[in-house]
Formats: sequence, structure tokens, C-alpha cells
Amino acid sequence: MPLPDPLTDQHRYISNASQDVQEMLETIGVDSIDRLFETIPDDVKLKELLDIPGPWSEIESRRWFRALASTNKTAVDHLSFLGGGSYLHYQPACIDQLLLRAEFLTSYTPYQPEVSQGTLQSIFEYQTHQCLLTGLDVANASLYDGSTGLCEAVLLAERVVRNRKKVVIAKSVHPQYTETVRTYIQNLGYEIVEVGWTDDGRIDTAALREACTNEVFAVAVQSPNFLGVIEDYDAVAEIANAAGAVKIAVIAEATSLGILTPPGEHGFDIAVGEGQAWGIPTQYGGPFVGFMVVKDALKRHMPGRLVGETVDVDGRRAYVLTLATREQHIRRGKATSNICTNEALIALAANIYLSLMGKAGLREVGQQCVQKAAYLRNKLHNTASIELPFDGPVYNEFVVRTPFPAAQILADLEHEKILGGIPLGQFYDGHDNDFLVAVTELHTREHLDQFVSALTSAVSS
Amino acid sequence: MTTIEKNSVGLIFEHSKRGRRGYRLPALDVPETDALPASLMRSEIADEVEVSEVDVIRHFTRLSKLNVSIDAGLYPLGSCTMKHNPRLNEEIARTPGFALSHPLQPDHQVQGNLSLLWHIEQTLMEIFGMPRVTLQPVAGAHGELTGILMVHKALAKSGNARKYILIPDSAHGTNPASAAFAGYQIKELKSNSRGTVDIDTLAAAVTEDVAALMITVPNTLGVFESDIKRFADILHEKGAYLYCDGANLNSFVGIARPGDMGIDVIHSNLHKTFSTPHGGGGPGAGPVGVSKKLVPFLPTPTVERREDGTFYLDHSHPDSIGRVRAFNGNFNVLVRALTYMRSMGPDGLRRIAQIAVLNANYIRARLRGSYHLPYDAPSLHEVVFSDKLQTAKDVHTLDIAKRLMDYGFHPPTIYFPLIVAGALMIEPTESEPKEELDAFCDAMIAIARECEERPELVRSAPHTTPVRRLDEARAARQPILRWKR
Repeated sequence: MPLPDPLTDQHRYISNASQDVQEMLETIGVDSIDRLFETIPDDVKLKELLDIPGPWSEIESRRWFRALASTNKTAVDHLSFLGGGSYLHYQPACIDQLLLRAEFLTSYTPYQPEVSQGTLQSIFEYQTHQCLLTGLDVANASLYDGSTGLCEAVLLAERVVRNRKKVVIAKSVHPQYTETVRTYIQNLGYEIVEVGWTDDGRIDTAALREACTNEVFAVAVQSPNFLGVIEDYDAVAEIANAAGAVKIAVIAEATSLGILTPPGEHGFDIAVGEGQAWGIPTQYGGPFVGFMVVKDALKRHMPGRLVGETVDVDGRRAYVLTLATREQHIRRGKATSNICTNEALIALAANIYLSLMGKAGLREVGQQCVQKAAYLRNKLHNTASIELPFDGPVYNEFVVRTPFPAAQILADLEHEKILGGIPLGQFYDGHDNDFLVAVTELHTREHLDQFVSALTSAVSS
Repeated sequence: MTTIEKNSVGLIFEHSKRGRRGYRLPALDVPETDALPASLMRSEIADEVEVSEVDVIRHFTRLSKLNVSIDAGLYPLGSCTMKHNPRLNEEIARTPGFALSHPLQPDHQVQGNLSLLWHIEQTLMEIFGMPRVTLQPVAGAHGELTGILMVHKALAKSGNARKYILIPDSAHGTNPASAAFAGYQIKELKSNSRGTVDIDTLAAAVTEDVAALMITVPNTLGVFESDIKRFADILHEKGAYLYCDGANLNSFVGIARPGDMGIDVIHSNLHKTFSTPHGGGGPGAGPVGVSKKLVPFLPTPTVERREDGTFYLDHSHPDSIGRVRAFNGNFNVLVRALTYMRSMGPDGLRRIAQIAVLNANYIRARLRGSYHLPYDAPSLHEVVFSDKLQTAKDVHTLDIAKRLMDYGFHPPTIYFPLIVAGALMIEPTESEPKEELDAFCDAMIAIARECEERPELVRSAPHTTPVRRLDEARAARQPILRWKR
């Protein structure tokens, strides 16, 4: 398509029309918009329009995107038991309503605190929630997600310990998290040592002890781990301490912090994880929100933004981005991280969720998850051909094993409009008959019974 | 920004009262058992909030009123591209079929998502003029790291990953930080008197040890590097790569394409050029386009289309740098960006650049004379002034920025780029109507006059905001980073 005349072509998101353009060109002192682009050499300028669809009206866009969305098979019209680091929990109605307030949605990083107190105070509150929930001292304003959060935690640990080359990561940490760490550190000269699990699904402490040489700068375990099993933080901490390694707790199911003893109470140095479970839609994996909370002694090594309290010239309490000398815009090549844009709006959603649910609600969500998972496990335990291979304590997720390939069983369940779980074979060799099942407060007893009967008939047919 | 409240909003923790509830769950409908040993369970979360839904709505509504936003008016942060955020994008992203899809669902269940990812990649490929784009990175800096890791891997594969990344002194801080985390040392290139990079400076710096030049086009002064193709030639001749920070793509989208300039890698901040809301600091997305020789090193998985029109995630790229994040990037930011690209169409995208550049040059023309223009080279979508004329009266950039708030405007980016002392970096974007630009320029000119006539008024600004100037030194010296009872 040939290039249109910029004076006549109009668009609904751009106010200035031909009369404005004429007047502005006059003020600038040039006779056409093209003159403003003379620094771009002619031989790289496009001679025609890009070959892409549009412009579409809202009517056309709605038609196309809705049709696309409707081809997905999702929790909209299926009963879902999917977890694996992304959980479908109750989302209070007022979260999204508040997120749509323009002052939150369409503002930017609070570089100018006098006109950004709303965002700054909200981050300060979010930081406080994170500290209360993890039992640690200092939280940052957010990271991209759980996986990149773990990368940042590993890098932080190395900065603290120095001159050691190995990081131990439990094999039961979310495999995509570990994969991401592998990508991040590929040129930094560190080595990942993976430690497996024992029959109960918890980390193999004998193997961990063996792995924890004086070359190890950090030990990372996830709890509940990717198999759904709650780790023994104390046992891990004792071994890591003996090696002088930084102890990193990874939390991929954030609501578990409402009921399980937090890593801070077990002497862990860093809690890092994924906050999606706090009322954020699963939305095919993003945007989510990474959180990181550390012991006070580590705060100056922290990646990302931090909000602190101060006063204005009149003595009024106020909030501001602080300890910025850690960050890329000041320290450039020597910053603690390259992160700039984070997940502020999702952290706001988490703050609203945590405030609404509050002390009682966070516990009740945790309680319901535990009880409903226990109910389902109990039912499955008594069913022929269904095995629960790991007998360690679980929060809301666990592994189910049948004599048949998981993909086949899950296809049968899908036929019954059930998204029954996540096949483990894609993450671990030798687990082709295993799949992960997650239960939340959204499941009713009837849903759980329905799952049991569908699975029972799948394994018996 | 006319009605902004004084900051009297207590912390949510201070609103807490024993017994208040903000939620209700259905009663537990399974028999309660001792499912977990008590040793694994925490006691009550001391100091967590107890508030009602009314308390929450009031609290966050009041908090929101302490912010200015693009919906309320011009928000001219340079290099941030604060443009209008169309609400259709928000509506489409909330379509239940997208919002409730799960990242670990098998491909056959999420054909709609995969198709959408494929379409946005195709669209970005055309916009960039490049053969492939990864959608995994979730922010600009994340894209930078991804891009430089690819460069490293490609060079390592051909025998020598090399040591240095060249970065002009006008660059964003994320550039050197990302290059360092990708395993490189930084060599800074001095800008010339136009604020751009000299061919000769570059040619002298590109040795066999240099992996890439990382350059922002147009640069942070808004000046286009007219020699960009020759930069590419010099680098390619020595086996090095040309990385483009696409933060400023808004100034040339639809006018010219990075791929046609010889650029090997570019990241684009979808929260800038493609209108996804900044949300007080994120989420964003930072897709990365690459030239043909870098395609094998893209992060896994990629989205591919079969001949029968179905889509799948392809993990089989043996030379890939690996995964840069769990799951599938910031999918629902990508949904918003594609919605925007479709709303704009090819002519709309081109018009973005035209009007963004027109608006910035209009501000430049109107403020010239009132403020010092340290680099006189023609600029595109943003213009950088300095406080040189005002320092005579001991009024500085920070003061001018704060005084703008009293006139109802968010200040521009200040003290950046670092090559300009007392920089005021103004980017209006295409969204702003002439009236808003005039009101902003009138305010800036009035402030310049105040600097002459009533400098103390400017030095003590702002006067009308919810809080006045903060004691930032105290915040850093005695950090209070959380509420405590």
C-alpha cells in the first residue's frame, strides 16, 4: 500500500488533526512532517506501508479476539485441577475494579514522589505484607515472577558469599525455575548441583549433605515443592549452615504462607517466589509477580526497587524510592540487577488481595486447601490402580500415579470436561505415568467426587 | 491534575480492627481432619490486616487520588513513552478464555493463545523487518539480557565469545547492567558534539575483542544515529553484532525498520510503543527481534505453525540460550499489545511516529529561548533541555520539575541522559492534543519567568501536592522499609 498523506489520515487514539498539524508545523518552521524525519537516511525509509492487518474498529477487534479466546479449552467451561506454579484461587471482585482506576493503571514508576504517593504507599504496604507472611525482614517492590526471582536470589547469594562457584538447587524446585537460572548464569562461571528426593517426596538430605561442600554459596529448596510436598526447612537449614551457604526458600504457591510455618522462622536468609496465587488470574503464565524478602543484613544487596518511609519538609509522613545506589540507573554495569520495570500493578493486586483476605482469610484459604487436598487424597488412596507415590505432607497439590501414561488418562478426563492435571513426564524422566493435581478453595466436595469417579473410570476402562 | 488530596491516608495496617472481615468463603464442605502435623503450621499471622471490603475500597480509592496519571493529563517522562492506554485492550485481556487459560495446558487446549502469540510475532517481525521474534522477555531490561545472551552464545559457538560490549555514554543504565549479567565487560563510547556516536570513534573501538555495540536508536537525546548502517558494516566486518535498544521505537515505527538498518538484535518495550499500561512501574513486555544468524539461539520454546494451520510450542532448538522465564512470557500484556496493533493498523502505526515527532518538535520550538538546548541536532520524539539559563539564579532542574507539579503536570525525566548537566528530557508522545502541549509550554515558560523574578517560589516547590519535598537522604540513611506496630 502506498504511503498516506499524514494531514488527512486520522485515528481515534491521536487527537491532533490536520488543522493542528498545520499550525504546529508553522510554529516549528517547516512545511511538512516528512521534513522532521530527514535525519533518517532515505535508503532505510519505508517506501510503503507495513504489511499488517488493521486498522480495526472495536467491533472488528472484539469479534476476532473473542473468537480466538473461545477456541481455548479452559477453566471457563472445564473443571480444572491444574497447578504447577500457577493456581486458580478465589479472586475478590474489587481487586480488578481497583486496578482499573486510571491513577494506578496509567501512571508510571514513582520517580516523582510528590505526585506518586498512591503507588509508593501501596508498595510500602505490599512490602510489609511480604515481611509478615515470610517471617523475614526486608521485601522489595516486586520482581518479574518466581523463576526470575530465583535467578536474582542466586545472584544475590553469590554477591554475599563470594569466591564460591556452586549453587545447590533441589530437583523438586519448579523445573522451569531451575531452567531459567541455568540461562541466567550461563556465562558467569557458576555451576548448578541438583539434589533429588526420597520416597516421601522431600529433598534427599543425605545427598544434600554430600553436595554441600565448601564450594557451595547457596542452597535453594521449594516448599511446597514441585511434587506438592512440604519440605523440612530445619533439616535443610542445618546442612546449609554447616557449609556456610545462603539458604533460599522458593515459594511457588503463595497462599501456602497463610498456614505453613514461614521460611523466616527456620532461619532462611531469602524467601523468593511467585505471588500469582494471591488472587491473580492464571492468564497463560503472565503477568505474574515475583516477590523477594531477605534478612536485614542483606538489604543493600537486594535487586530491584525499594520503597522507604520518610517525611516531607513540613514533617508529614511520606514514601519514596530508596537505597537506589544498588540500582542500574545509578550503578550501571555494577548494579545488583538489571531490572527496571517490574510488576507494580500485579503487586498492587496482591496488596489488595492480602488486605481483603487479611489475617483470618489467609488462614482460611490455607485451611481449605489443606483439607480439600486431604479429602481428595484420602478418596484416591482407597481406589484400585491409583497410587499416591509420595507420602510426605502436602499443602494443596500432589502427584497421582496410575498404570497408564498420564497423557492418556488426562485425555479421558478432558473428555469429561475435566482438566485433570499436569503430566510430570515432561519434567522428569521415568515419570510418564505421573501427573500433578492441585486443589483450592474453589473446589467443592462434589467437584472432588466428580474427579474421583472420572479418574476411577479412566483407570478401569 | 487539579484535585489531589493532601496525604492523610493511613496505612492499611493502621485501619485494622479486630474482628473485621473483607471476605467470605463457602463453608468447608469436606470433613475436617488433622491433615498436617501442628509443627508445620504457623500460628496466626501477627499484625496481618483485619478490615472490611468498605475499608479496602475507601483506602485504595483514596490512595489512588494521590497519583497523577496519563488519563488525567500530559505525563512527559522522556524515554518512557507515556501514551494513551486504550480501554479496549483492557477489555480484550479480560476475555475469560484468555484470562483463565493455564500456562501448562497442552498445546491442543490452547490453540487460541498459540495463534495469538504467532500473530503478534508475525506482526513484530514485519515492524522490525526481522526473521524471528521471541516473546518471552517481560520487560525491556529482560529483553536486553536475552539479546546479549544470544550474541554471547553465537560468538561462543564460532569459537570466541569475546570480552566487551560497547555502550555510548548516553545509554540507559539497564544496558551496561544487562551486558554485565550476560558475562561482558563494558567499554563506554564518548558521544560527539551532536550527542551521537562518531564513525571514527566506533571504528577505533571495534577490536577483535568486541562482541557488540549496544545502542539506542534514536538515542536518549532523541537524535537519530544517521550512520547506523555504517555502524552495522563496521561491526559485521569484525564479526561483531549490532544491538538496538528499542525503547525509542515510537519515533520511527512504520517509518523505517531496524532490520533494514543492519541491526542484529532489537528489544521493544510493549508498554511504551504499543500502549500497554505502565501500571505504576509494570508489568511490561520486552520482545526481542533477531537477524537470521541469531535465530538458532532464540529462547525456547518458540511458537510454530503446522501446515494444517494448528500451532505448537517447539522446544527443539539445540543451540538455544534456554528459557528466560517460566511459562510463556507476559501473555496478557501481549494480548493488549496485539489489540493495539490491530486498532492502529499500518497507517495508524506510522502516524504514531509522525505525530509523536511533531509534538516533540513543537515543544522544542516553543521552549527554545526559555530553556537552554545543549544539543542542537534535529531530534525526533523527545527533546532534552538543560537548566543552564536558570542556574544563574541558583534554580536547578529539580526545582523546575517540582514547580511543574504546581501547574498540574507530571515533570519530565530529569538528570538523564547523563551527558547533559541538569537534563530535562521531555517526551510528549502522539497522544497529546495541541491544547495540552500549549498548556505545558505555557507552564514551562511561566516557570522560566519565575526563575528570574521569584526564584525562591520555584526553589521551594511544589506547593500544592499531597506532600511537599521529601527528605530522601533520611530515607536512605535510616531505612524504614516496612510498617511495624
